[in-house]
Amino acid sequence: MQEYNIGTILAFAINAILIENIVLTQFMGCCPFFGVSKNSDTALGMGMAVTFIMGLSSIVTYGIYQLVLVPLKLEYLETIAFILVIASLVQLVEMALKKLVPALYNALGIYLPLITTNCAVLGICLTNIQNGYDFLSSFLSSIFTAIGFTLAIWIFSIVRTRMEETCDIPKAFQGFPIALITAALLSFGFMGFNGLTL
Amino acid sequence: MKIKDIFKSGIITDNPVFIQLLGMCPTLATSTSLINAIGMGLSATFVLVCSNMLISLLRKFIPQKIRIASYIVIIAGFVTLVDMLLEAFFYSIYNALGVFIPLIVVNCIILARAESFASKNKVLPSILDGLAMGLGFTVALAILGAIREVLGSGTILGFELFGGVAPLSVLALPAGGFLALGFVIAAAQHLINRKRGGAD
Repeated sequence: MQEYNIGTILAFAINAILIENIVLTQFMGCCPFFGVSKNSDTALGMGMAVTFIMGLSSIVTYGIYQLVLVPLKLEYLETIAFILVIASLVQLVEMALKKLVPALYNALGIYLPLITTNCAVLGICLTNIQNGYDFLSSFLSSIFTAIGFTLAIWIFSIVRTRMEETCDIPKAFQGFPIALITAALLSFGFMGFNGLTL
Repeated sequence: MKIKDIFKSGIITDNPVFIQLLGMCPTLATSTSLINAIGMGLSATFVLVCSNMLISLLRKFIPQKIRIASYIVIIAGFVTLVDMLLEAFFYSIYNALGVFIPLIVVNCIILARAESFASKNKVLPSILDGLAMGLGFTVALAILGAIREVLGSGTILGFELFGGVAPLSVLALPAGGFLALGFVIAAAQHLINRKRGGAD
């Protein structure tokens, strides 16, 4: 993406949020998607925490890659460097929020440590570099992808609560299998967006 | 624990995917064909064995407070190694697995074994545990990969089975990954329930 105007940014957003939804078409971030989707409040909390960390880590990893790894010809260390950045960023954000914005910390606190092992965060940082995005594109792609994650986990949590309250699920399918099949149906729904040409 | 028991628990009774429900992302993403599934499984097994060995060797030197960060660095080191080896020797698998090779770093199975086994046990049991869990992961991926390749693309290891017609081509799509894994885990739960019912 070279020029930025409302049209290109909107197309970028629709692509990242709906067409290439990170959970339902690329299978990244499945652990939190299944793990913390038992009710819609926690799902939204997780989504917001992921959005926050993804935005921040895309900025920091872009900087580290372009200013440290490329000049030193150490590009092959990107995996090690990025996971360390994300892990320490999560820790730092947790400490900063606890001290500065206790209200936000109370809302997001318990989800923050879980994000280190969310492969969507590391995945999106690596894909941004692979696609050769510039700074603004990396940031936008991370934010929109995270919004896509939030949307998916939020819809999924609502379907799941409803299903568990009202449906008589066969014994073998109780718990995880029925969640996977629900996700499959949701993924079918998102496949419909494939027809959009932008 | 006997060697036989370690392998039995890793592959069957404590299978990381079907029973412990860990490592979902690579399982779903790389099981579109049998060869990709086995490539992913063996790469993860290699990382698991090496990181378990090194973490077990260093378990008395790694300070308690920064242990998770140290484990991640060790795991990431081996993942980088696997990434380079695959790029050099198995380029087609390297291309097919794509970003999921570096993402082995955040595979929960590996961190879980480091934290719950390698950090508390001697070197040899840790290596065996890594091997058993890695094989369990590989077996699970191979089962899912075989189902999705045969039904989704109508091939097995690239050979055509039904004269070029795919019986259930939806299984090759992302949605089919969720669907196939859901049915396989339901089958596993059914077998466990029946076994328990028989024992009572």
